[in-house]
Amino acid sequence: MSAYKDKDARINGIKDQIRVVPNFPKPGIMFQDITTLLLKPKEFKDTIDMFVERYKGKNISVVAGIEARGFIFGPPIALAIGAKFVPLRKPKKLPGKVISEEYILEYGRDCLEMHVGAVESAERALVVDDLIATGGTLCAAINLLERVGAEVVECACVIELPDLKGRERLNGKPLYVLVESH
Amino acid sequence: MASADVKAQDPRIAGISSAIRVIPDFPKPGIMFQDITTLLLDTKAFRDTIDLFVERYKDKNISVVAGIEARGFIFGPPIALAIGAKFVPMRKPKKLPGEVISEEYSLEYGKDVMEMHVGAVQAGERALIVDDLVATGGTLSAAIRLLERVGVHVVECACVIELPELKGRERLGEKPLFVLVS
Repeated sequence: MSAYKDKDARINGIKDQIRVVPNFPKPGIMFQDITTLLLKPKEFKDTIDMFVERYKGKNISVVAGIEARGFIFGPPIALAIGAKFVPLRKPKKLPGKVISEEYILEYGRDCLEMHVGAVESAERALVVDDLIATGGTLCAAINLLERVGAEVVECACVIELPDLKGRERLNGKPLYVLVESH
Repeated sequence: MASADVKAQDPRIAGISSAIRVIPDFPKPGIMFQDITTLLLDTKAFRDTIDLFVERYKDKNISVVAGIEARGFIFGPPIALAIGAKFVPMRKPKKLPGEVISEEYSLEYGKDVMEMHVGAVQAGERALIVDDLVATGGTLSAAIRLLERVGVHVVECACVIELPELKGRERLGEKPLFVLVS
């Protein structure tokens, strides 16, 4: 589901603040830079408000944010809907006992970790990141939460790159985005 | 133990302090790591943490909240949103996609580099720097230098936790430091 298609009046303002940086991190990639959105208090607030309006009152007790840009959008949403914030991190960053989920990259593998005990079985969770591309990272996040018995209600991202078909890689979980970039 | 920065009677501090988990021997033997992820699981304590900062900085004409990767990304944006300031991420090298300015700083063994996007802040703006914890003050000092190099006035550094025995406060020179828990 995409707010862009729903044509909320705030969407154009949000989309206009996202900067595209060509050839980053490597040639051929058009990088979607959300740091320029964060420089605009109104549009940053609108971004958070759109997610909060969707998830408030839905009994969501966990917002999981993917390191590092998911740490920017996840906590404001969590605070506004009264949920806890759970950081999902690269290996060796979390100090306590963790569970790990490996996932495939274009070349090689990476790993996402979550603290043991952060989430309880049957909790209802949101997964938040700035952008969904191939869906590999979000898929790993969903797996981590489901392994401890949480119910992933939805994945929420500011931006989707639909051509990379990440939406299909989410184990059937719904995806909500504000902006699509082709 | 409550910091002298906050009125000893503020009833919210005890809840914040007790929600922080200490992990011995992380990342290496002898270090007592202050883990704020447990604070983020306590919705009241997390909200109180943000409120204490917002109450202090609202109406102080602060237009920039700079947050240090990665745990500064958790506390900085909610503060920025509440006081109507922009959020500027200060990142490790090669993470920011656009043109950056860099500041090198010393670690216990070796050096590291902090980066900020060119154009994120303007000369004359008033800024806050936010991180979860101040230890030696090396990272915060680098952030102060980065902002001052582009003509920004750093009003204060704000951290949830201070480790006073590491004398970070002295390393910040005349820049004020505000913490909730020592």
